[in-house]
Amino acid sequence: MFRSLVRLQRHFGNPLLSNVCPRSPQCPLALKYSTATAEKKRFYQDVSISQGEGGLYEVNLDKRKLKTPGGKLFTVPNEAMAMAVATEWDAQRDALKFYTMHLTTLCNTALDNPTQRTKDQMISAALKFLETDTVCYRVEEPHGLVELQKNEWDPVLHWIENRYNVTIGSSSSILGPEIPEATKDTFRQHLKSYNFWSLTGLEYVINQLKSVVLSMGLIDRHLSVEQAVLLSRLEEEYQIRHWGNVEWAHDYDMYELRARTAAGTLFVHLSSESSTVKRKLMQD
Amino acid sequence: MAALSSPLRVCRGILKELRAVHGSSYKKTLAYNYVMDQFRKNKVTGERYCRAQQEAHHDSHTYLCLLTSTRNHMLLHNLYRGKGERSQEEAAGLVGLRLPTQPGGKGWEK
Repeated sequence: MFRSLVRLQRHFGNPLLSNVCPRSPQCPLALKYSTATAEKKRFYQDVSISQGEGGLYEVNLDKRKLKTPGGKLFTVPNEAMAMAVATEWDAQRDALKFYTMHLTTLCNTALDNPTQRTKDQMISAALKFLETDTVCYRVEEPHGLVELQKNEWDPVLHWIENRYNVTIGSSSSILGPEIPEATKDTFRQHLKSYNFWSLTGLEYVINQLKSVVLSMGLIDRHLSVEQAVLLSRLEEEYQIRHWGNVEWAHDYDMYELRARTAAGTLFVHLSSESSTVKRKLMQD
Repeated sequence: MAALSSPLRVCRGILKELRAVHGSSYKKTLAYNYVMDQFRKNKVTGERYCRAQQEAHHDSHTYLCLLTSTRNHMLLHNLYRGKGERSQEEAAGLVGLRLPTQPGGKGWEK
């Protein structure tokens, strides 16, 4: 977990350097051993948002417009997203910590699309993930964990099976559950209604939570972020209750997972504001 | 299953987070105005089940979770993993040695 964090920091340290502040004086090879990576300092006073052409919103750092690592102008479809990104930039103090700016990262990924993903690729990847969904993999011992999985994960499975009229099921074999084609087709139809940005966010959330079922529960607002993270980390929570909590590992991971999942969920909701009318109305 | 806390609690939570980020001038930030606007706009609704209100409530809860967890994550990161490496002087000083000084500078330094 820590290694990937450092990699992320290093990845966003340098490209962002060249685009937003072209006259960066810091040489990355400076003979300073006390910092692992050259830190970018906050070089702006004010962060503001403005509306550009096409009704798209932009973020301004002092007088300069924010750009993505790929060099494009940073534009978002609505004001709420621009506000949240501006708040992330405004929250930076002396050093810029890119690993805390999750929404900015997501927007950059959606705008630049560095791995050239298409909607179909993302939908297929999500459906493939369903076969290895965390919630469907059950253990057979210890007994406490079996009970916990039954009590916590079964309701979510039932909910999604009712909501989408599909069968998923759980299994304790090494191969996992057999997902029937009809289920995959239903989900494929549903996911097609999301736009590219929302799918980017959804893919991110699925990768964080390691579960399609929990991600759909979050996106459909059936679960809160804290609940979804708890369900995703169920076995870890069980072990923590048994062996004790280690703050610098468990809490660190939990807060990071919560932050990323919350950012991903917010990203999906803010990107799909126009598509909520297509969903089935919930009966009350 | 989603028994979220009341909108008032969520609003106060978000404002507390904004205050933690910006200090005492948090009321002048863009985020403050936007958040208060959104909460006021979504407050007035008929008694029947209002889906937009539920959605906004869930989104506000999500945003609160985002702010809280990034702050806690950064706290833990600085607490446990923020130190980085020691400089050469400090590393030598651990065992009581000092680095040699060369008045003309070493040949390969600029």
